[in-house]
Amino acid sequence: MPVVDLATAELRTLNQALHHQAPGSNETAWEVLNPHGAHAVAVGLNAPVTVTIKGSVGYYCGGMNREAQVVVDGSAGPGVAENMMSGQVRVKGDASQYAGATGHGGLLVVEGNASSRCGISMKGIDIVVRGNVGHMSAFMAQAGNLVVCGDAGDALGDSIYEARLFVRGSVKSLGADCIEKEMRPEHLKLLGELLGKAGFDGIDPTSFKRFGSARKLYNFSVDNADSYG
Amino acid sequence: MTYTNPPTVPRKSATFDDYTLSEIRRAASTGIYDIRGAGAKRRLPHFDDLLFLGASMSRYPLEGYRERCGTDVVLGSRFASKPLELKIPITIAGMSFGSLSANAKDALGRGASAAGTSTTTGDGGMSREERSQSKMLVYQYLPSRYGMNPEDLLKADAIEIVVGQGAKPGGGGMLLGQKITDRVAEMRTLPKGIDQRSACRHPDWTGPDDLEIKIMELREITDWQKPIFVKVGGSRPYYDVALAVKSGADVVVIDGMQGGTAATQEVFIENVGIPTLACIRPAVQALQELGLHRKVQLIISGGIRNGADVAKALALGADAVSIGTAALVALGDNDPAREDEYRALGSTAGAYDDWHEGRDPAGITTQDPELMGRLDPELAGRRLANYLKVMTLEAQTIARACGKNHVHNLEPEDLCALTVEAAAMARVPLAGTSWIPGNGGF
Ligand SMILES: Cc1cc2nc3c(=O)[nH]c(=O)nc-3n(C[C@H](O)[C@H](O)[C@H](O)COP(=O)(O)O)c2cc1C
Repeated sequence: MPVVDLATAELRTLNQALHHQAPGSNETAWEVLNPHGAHAVAVGLNAPVTVTIKGSVGYYCGGMNREAQVVVDGSAGPGVAENMMSGQVRVKGDASQYAGATGHGGLLVVEGNASSRCGISMKGIDIVVRGNVGHMSAFMAQAGNLVVCGDAGDALGDSIYEARLFVRGSVKSLGADCIEKEMRPEHLKLLGELLGKAGFDGIDPTSFKRFGSARKLYNFSVDNADSYG
Repeated sequence: MTYTNPPTVPRKSATFDDYTLSEIRRAASTGIYDIRGAGAKRRLPHFDDLLFLGASMSRYPLEGYRERCGTDVVLGSRFASKPLELKIPITIAGMSFGSLSANAKDALGRGASAAGTSTTTGDGGMSREERSQSKMLVYQYLPSRYGMNPEDLLKADAIEIVVGQGAKPGGGGMLLGQKITDRVAEMRTLPKGIDQRSACRHPDWTGPDDLEIKIMELREITDWQKPIFVKVGGSRPYYDVALAVKSGADVVVIDGMQGGTAATQEVFIENVGIPTLACIRPAVQALQELGLHRKVQLIISGGIRNGADVAKALALGADAVSIGTAALVALGDNDPAREDEYRALGSTAGAYDDWHEGRDPAGITTQDPELMGRLDPELAGRRLANYLKVMTLEAQTIARACGKNHVHNLEPEDLCALTVEAAAMARVPLAGTSWIPGNGGF
């Protein structure tokens, strides 16, 4: 198993080695030591490798990920798994702002809490947070699913499009055009699958509420001007 | 003989002119602001207010056609291992697929490639038409991140992080439902037919300290190969350029308030931002003070129309210019040959700016298959290539007259201004004087 110690190795060397693995390489499990809050660790990965980072990372860890499994054995700074396309990023600690921002696909799991703007502009990614999320989470969320096992902060789902939000605890307030929606059997099934994929099988899907777009702001209308605040 | 009092001629107000009155009536009747395309239409200090001095007793000119006058420019030599090498200092600005038809993007790619320059994507992702036709393609990284993906990022020849646009510094994008067809909706991950607002701030960074990390991330993802541009609307050019440089940009793009847009509120276009002319010297000053003029390249846009504008922008210190509106006109936008159709839309050729409605008779700012089919990408591409060639020849003509063997050797000392305002903004003397307003405290 390749082990890269960021106390001595350059970040650039690590990322480039991960980008340019020979096809079919059997070096599929990497370990990164001493990240010490470094930014842009394991970004732009493009192959089914597993990268375990022993410690906390700074901004944008796992950014634009394709296919890889990135595990942060610590906490993650802002923008973890931003614009992820596929694969999985798991944060064992907490995640800072903008976790999973603009993600198009794949699964982001945060075992602790996520901060504000979790899932901002999400475009198809699935995000499962074991703890709470901060204010303005799922702002302008376009597609995908955000599952919050704890509580959500202010203005959840403001200006949301077609993303689905599931919250188990309390929601401090809903943002513009975001409403509570009926939890139908297909949603319970989906939620159960997401919890299972995230490794949180013990949590009962029926204990969640579902939120999504009222679709009232999809077209400009003078009568809605006040909704924009 | 009876005497009748002579009537006064009916007098319209300069303050409440016809346009202003019509806008009040329009607002009163609809209750919503006016949205339109194109840039600021009011008269502004501009390149027309500058003149070249040419050669004289103390400067000798170069022979036209015989003595070489270089026009090439390298963008992104600061950090990128694969900078963009353009044959001419004129690039095609970012215009989104969605606001423009696929055929228009195709034509821009053909024209630019024939002329040896680049095109730029826009708020809506990379279209296959543009990637296949553009030899050099700059991929925009916008707040909306519509269609943003690492595969296209790696296919791009450069990355442009859009902080703002001259037509609307501080504003996000708009694309109204008429233009959100199945294909546009799919590329943006949005429902078809909605009035789409794209964000005005990036979702995962705010301010220059974050931007520095964002740029580092993009470089790590692309193995430090691609030049990274930062585009800002003309507003505080001295500080914006210094901060973009501090954040690690290879190239800074400044777009003045005349810069075009696909759809923005009229009030925004006409009242926010500063003229292109006022952007250049403060931007260059920032680069010079940092010791990075000509090392971090400066691209200027907003109202560039001909080779004289190009030469003037370069003389003031820009490395290249970018064009949007003029490129669309070269493709066939607002052509008087279609006057009847512009009339039917309540406009006239030369004034048509309802680009957001998607009914463009020229087939450029539309997604309607019938209208789009009117634009022949090959022919339109050739027209653009011709136009770019003419602009380049014009800039060379001026440069040679000033004795320069490369357009980048033009300098502020080659210029004078026709108005006090232009003299102050461009920091060149008023014609026939040695007075640069603001220099020396008055
Ligand atoms: C139809 C149209 C669409 C545009 N779309 C974008 C865009 O998606 N992103 C962007 O940064 N600028 C966009 N712009 C602005 C141009 O990139 C450029 O800044 C401007 O057109 C330059 O001014 P000019 O039109 O006077 O040449 C657009 C402009 C037009 C005319």
